[in-house]
Amino acid sequence: MIRFIAKRLGSGLVVLFVVSAITFFLLYMSSGSIARNILGDQATAEQVALKEAELGLDQPLVARYFSWVLDALGGNLGASWFTSEPVANSLASRIPVTMTMVFAAMILIAICAALIGVTAAVKRGWVDRVVQVGAIIGDSVPGFVIGVILVTVLAIQLGLFPATSTISPESGPDAWVYSMSLPVIALLVNGVTGGAQQIRSAVIKQLERDYVRTLRSRGIGEREILFKHVLRSAAPAGLTVLSLQLIGMLGGVVIIEQIFALPGMGPLAVTATGQSDLPVVMGVVMYTVVVVIVVNLLVDILNGWLNPKVRVS
Amino acid sequence: MSDSVETAAVAATVPPGQSGTVVRSTVLRRLFKNPLGIVAMAILLVIALLAILAPVLAPFEENYSNIAKTLAAPDSVNILGTDSAGRDVWSRLLFGAQLTLLSALLCAGVAIAIGLPAGLIAGYYAGKFEAVSNWVVSILMSLPGLIVLLTIRAAFGPSVWISMIAFGILISPSYFRLTRTAVQSVRNELYVDAARVSGLSDWSIIARHIFSVVRAPIIIQTAAIAGVAIAIQSGLEFLGLGDPSKATWGVMLSEGFKNVYLTPTLLFWPAFAMALTIGALVLLGNAIRDALEDGEKIKHRRKHLSAATATNNRTTAAPAAGRPSRKSVAVGESGSGKSQTAFSILGLLPDNARIVAGSIQFDGNYTVAPGDERVNQGRLSKLRGKRISYIPQEPMSNLDPAFTIGYQLVTPMVRVLGISKDEARKRALKLLTDVGITNPERTFSAYPHEVSGGMAQRVLIAGAISCEPDLVIADEPTTALDVTVQADVLDLLRELQQRLNIGVILVTHNFGVVADLCDRVAVMQNGRLVEEGSVRDILRNPKEQYTRTLLASMLEGKTPMSMLVSSQKEPVA
Repeated sequence: MIRFIAKRLGSGLVVLFVVSAITFFLLYMSSGSIARNILGDQATAEQVALKEAELGLDQPLVARYFSWVLDALGGNLGASWFTSEPVANSLASRIPVTMTMVFAAMILIAICAALIGVTAAVKRGWVDRVVQVGAIIGDSVPGFVIGVILVTVLAIQLGLFPATSTISPESGPDAWVYSMSLPVIALLVNGVTGGAQQIRSAVIKQLERDYVRTLRSRGIGEREILFKHVLRSAAPAGLTVLSLQLIGMLGGVVIIEQIFALPGMGPLAVTATGQSDLPVVMGVVMYTVVVVIVVNLLVDILNGWLNPKVRVS
Repeated sequence: MSDSVETAAVAATVPPGQSGTVVRSTVLRRLFKNPLGIVAMAILLVIALLAILAPVLAPFEENYSNIAKTLAAPDSVNILGTDSAGRDVWSRLLFGAQLTLLSALLCAGVAIAIGLPAGLIAGYYAGKFEAVSNWVVSILMSLPGLIVLLTIRAAFGPSVWISMIAFGILISPSYFRLTRTAVQSVRNELYVDAARVSGLSDWSIIARHIFSVVRAPIIIQTAAIAGVAIAIQSGLEFLGLGDPSKATWGVMLSEGFKNVYLTPTLLFWPAFAMALTIGALVLLGNAIRDALEDGEKIKHRRKHLSAATATNNRTTAAPAAGRPSRKSVAVGESGSGKSQTAFSILGLLPDNARIVAGSIQFDGNYTVAPGDERVNQGRLSKLRGKRISYIPQEPMSNLDPAFTIGYQLVTPMVRVLGISKDEARKRALKLLTDVGITNPERTFSAYPHEVSGGMAQRVLIAGAISCEPDLVIADEPTTALDVTVQADVLDLLRELQQRLNIGVILVTHNFGVVADLCDRVAVMQNGRLVEEGSVRDILRNPKEQYTRTLLASMLEGKTPMSMLVSSQKEPVA
C-alpha cells in the first residue's frame, strides 16, 4: 500500500511539474508588452526597459522558468506586479475562504447525491423519475446562473438572505452559516443532480451483477447485500464522479465568489486575469493543480482500500 | 421424510438478456417518434435560424446605443426593452445566439479534430501512442476548465475564439476515450480480422467498420459538450473577461446582474436563452441515446416462458437415506428458457419479469401460487440458501471481487445456520477440502481474482452445499470451464449428490451430461416444456419431434458429415 501511495504521489509531482511548465511558457510567451501595460502609455522607452529588467523579463524564458521553480520550491511564488503583495501571502489569506465553501458544498453533495442516487436505484418508481428529470434540469442551467437566480429572487426580491456574504467565520457560526447558505447552495445544485444520476447508474449496474444473484441464492438479506457488497463495489465509480465534480467546482467557485462578493480565490483570479498580473495567475493555477493532485491521491487511496485488485497491481 | 419438489407450469416475461447490434436506419425514425427529441430538435432549429438571420431580423445593430433610452421597459420599438447603455435587448439576444452557437461549434469541432483521430490511433494500434495519450488525458482531465480559460485569457487577451479553441483541446479527452473504447471493442471482432486478412488497408478498415461504430456516441457527446461550452464561455463573459465589443449571452447576463436592483428582467432573457439552448442539447442527446438503446431492445422480443420446466418434477424420498436424491435435468437449445426457469424456482427473476401463469411448489408448499404475478420473496427468502441453493454458470462473475473467498463462504453459514464465525470457518475449510481444493487455507484467504475459473467453480459448489440444502439448482455449471475441468466438476457434483443425498436440478444443453448424471429429463424449447420423463425413456424413445432433432444434433458417435443429411430429413420444428 505504501508503494502504491508513493507511486501515485510521484506521478502527481510529475503532473505538477508539467502543468507548471506549460502554464509558465503559455503565460510568458507573449509577454512582450507586459512592462508597457504596467507602466501605461506615458512611460518612456528607458522606463520600460528598466521595468523589464526589474521583472526579469529580459532573461531567456527557460532561465526564468527555472528560477521560478527554485523560488517556488522555497515557498516564494513571486509578487503581484500591481500591488507588490507576495503571491503566497494573497493565496494564504484567500484559500481558507474558498476551500471551506468548496468542502462544505462537497460534503453536502456527497451525502445528498449518495442518498438520492442509491434510493433511486433501489426503489426505482417516482424517485427514479424525479432524479432523471432533475439531472436534465441540472445539466441545462449552469451553476453561476443558479447563483444569479438565487441572489435575485431570495436575497434581493424576497430579502431572505444577505446578497453578499462577506462575513468572516469569527462573527459567530450562525451568522456565517446564514451568509454562506446561498453561495454553497449555488455551488452544490448541479453537483447533487448530476452526482445522484451517476451514482444511481453505478448502483444499478452493480445490482445487475451476477454475484448479487448468487448472494441472494445463498440466503443473504437484501439490506446486507446492498450495504456491504453493492455499495462497496459502486463506491469507486461514485468517488470518481465526486472527484470530477470537485475539480469542476474549483472553477465554478470563482464565479460564485464574484456573484456573492466573497474574498476568496475568485476575485483574486479574476482581477489578476483582467490585468494580466502573471505571477498571481501562475500562483492560482499552481494552487488549483495541487488541490486536484491531493484530491486524486485521496481517491486513489480510497479506491485501493475498497478494491483489492487495484491494490495488487 | 417425504420431501418433494414439484415444479409446475411457471411462466414469466423475461427482459432482454444479451445486447444485440443496432439497426442504424431505424434510429433516426425512432428519434422522430420521441416527442422530447422532436421538441429539442425544433428548439435548436429555431435558435439556429434566429442566429443565422440575426442581421435581417434584428431591428438594431448589436452595439447601437440610444443614450436617451436606457433601462427602458419593453415597447413597440424595443420589444424586450433596453439595457443600461440603451442597447436593444432583442437585437443583442439574436446576435448573442450567433456568437454562442458558433463558439460552441468551434469548441466541439476542435475537440473532435483532436480526440477522434487520437482515439482511433490509440484504440487501433495501442502501444506507446496509447500510453502517452492516456497520460496526457489524465492531465487534461484534472484541470478545471475555468481556471485554464482564465490562464488563456491572461496570456492571449479576450477572444471568444481563442478561449473556445483552448476549451476544445481541454475537453478533447471525452472524444478520445469514447473513440478508443469503441475501437478497442471492435478491433478484435472477427469481421475486422476478416477485413484485414482480405487485404484491406488499416485506414479503409477504420473508415468502414470502426467509424460507423463511433458515429452515434459522438453525436451524443457533441450535444453534451456544446452545452458545457456555452455554459463555460458565458461564465467567462459573466466575469467581465470576455470581449466587451461583442454581444453575447454571458455579457448580457453580466450587464443584467449589474443592474439587478433596477431592472431584474435584463437577467431573465439571457438566462432563459442559455437554459433553453443547453436544455435542448441535453434532451437531444438523451433522445438519441434512447433511440439507440430502443434499437437494442427491439432485438429481444419479450419472451413468454409458458409451462416451463418439468411439469411434474416430483422427487420422492430416496430409498436409502430417506432424503430426496433425484437428479432432474432441464435440456434445450440456447434461449429456450432453461435458466430463467431455474431462477424462477429460486425467486431470482429480474425485477421487470412478470409471472403470467403457472405455479411452483417446493416440499408441498407453493412458492409461487397460481395467480401470483410476482414471486413471493417472503416465502422464498426463508428457503434460499437453507433449503434450495444455486450453482451458477459463470464462476468468476458470481463471486464478489471485493471480498475474500473465505468471507463469502462463512457469511451465509453464519446468517442461515446461525453458527459462530469460528465454527463456520472450520466448516468452510472442510467444505473446500470436500470439493477437492488441495490447499484450503490458501484459497480461504484468497480474493476471487487470485484463483482459477475451475477453482472458483469448486468454491461456488462448496457455497451451494454449505448450508445443507435439500435441492441444488445448477445452471450449466460446466459451460464456462475448459474441457478437462468440466469432467472433474461433473464428477464432483455426482459424488456430492450421492454422499449428501440432495436433489439436483441441472440445466444443460449437453445430452452427454444428461445421460451421465440424471434420472429425469425435461426438454424445453421457446420457453415451453416439450417433453418430460425418465432419462432412459427420453433418450431411447423420444416422443416429440423436437427432442429427436435435439438428439440428432449431437456430434458424439456420428460419422462425419452425416449430421447435414439427418437435419435435412428432419427439419427443426
